[in-house]
Amino acid sequence: MAIRQGLLALLSRGSRYGYQLRTEFEASTGATWPLNIGQVYTTLSRMERDGLVSPGEQDDQGRVVYTITEAGRAEMERWFSTPVVQADRPRDELVIKLAMAVTAGADVRPVIQAQRVATMRTLQELTRAKRANVEGPAQRLVLDSMIFQAEAEQRWLDHCEAVLAASSQTQERQR
Amino acid sequence: MSFDPVLRLADVSRVHGEGPQAVRALRGVSLDAAAGELIAVMGPSGSGKSTLLNLAGGLDTPTSGTVVVEGTPLSNLSAGELAGLRRRHVGYVFQDLNLIPSLTAAENVMLPRELDGVRARRARQEAAEVLADVGLADVADRFPDEISGGQRQRVAIARALVGERRLILADEPTGALDTPTGDDILQLLRARCDAGTTVLLVTHEPRYAAWADRVVFLRDGEITDSTSAPMESAR
Repeated sequence: MAIRQGLLALLSRGSRYGYQLRTEFEASTGATWPLNIGQVYTTLSRMERDGLVSPGEQDDQGRVVYTITEAGRAEMERWFSTPVVQADRPRDELVIKLAMAVTAGADVRPVIQAQRVATMRTLQELTRAKRANVEGPAQRLVLDSMIFQAEAEQRWLDHCEAVLAASSQTQERQR
Repeated sequence: MSFDPVLRLADVSRVHGEGPQAVRALRGVSLDAAAGELIAVMGPSGSGKSTLLNLAGGLDTPTSGTVVVEGTPLSNLSAGELAGLRRRHVGYVFQDLNLIPSLTAAENVMLPRELDGVRARRARQEAAEVLADVGLADVADRFPDEISGGQRQRVAIARALVGERRLILADEPTGALDTPTGDDILQLLRARCDAGTTVLLVTHEPRYAAWADRVVFLRDGEITDSTSAPMESAR
């Protein structure tokens, strides 16, 4: 699901060949999400159809450079500004989103903060469900499991923020 | 239901020190807490959480802005009046419980009432009632080192609640308690809120903040975000 938005994030830094996109995608996500080159080209052609990218002329080796369109940039912005819903996360889209936001040089703090508020809402809802639960310990433990997952996500977001703040300070000093 | 908040912070700032060394602990924070509301305050170390709590309870004075407790602006009060308002209206629960080891659980809970001039007999009666409310009727006559950590924490909460105080300020009240015991403490605070008490809870634990009606995020002395309870939606 997040492949096309991930490719848009990479293209926001400049035009790329398909094989470059594949390499950079895997580099950004720490190879937690291997892509095959066929997926990349299939996705690019659908994105072209949807007006998110525009292909250039083929070069003498038959390669095509893809460029992000205004609609593509808008779609990327929308992705970064929309918190991920806990339920539909086949390959932890949140992790991919943050990795891509860092790679694309986007301001990551608002991405983290929007997610923190959304995850806290989820945690509040789970806690309300736990308070209302009269079914017994099995259901409580299932809810606890979801609470621990949401809690772990909050801790990881805090950690991301601390790591990024420390690394930007280091870069300031090196300048 | 009254529309007046139990606690109102209006554009409150707190600066420690002066000149280039000045530290701005809070910057223009506004927050209303209604009767029966549980508000959790989260944020990294140094974000101003404890300063916020101290200002709300009149333990510290803002550099600018106003703090209003139960309709009374704290800045208008003399030191004596402020101490009286704190004793009558505000209860504190700290991570460091400050229970007096040579007094029993019941005597610890009675103490603030006796300081308020309530007769010992009545203070003892009130302490027994509030200890029963927090599930500690059985250990009322034991000393702090004779009961468990979770029970000690409940005694501290009972002491904060005694005398019908309607605003509870809690700074990391789950301290080093294990998860189920910490959940019990939140269950207890939540029940008091549902009965009309207002609780301001500082915590760094998302799982405990999640018991709140509203979670407020502090960063560098400013409120950056808050979650209110989402509308009940049909499912």
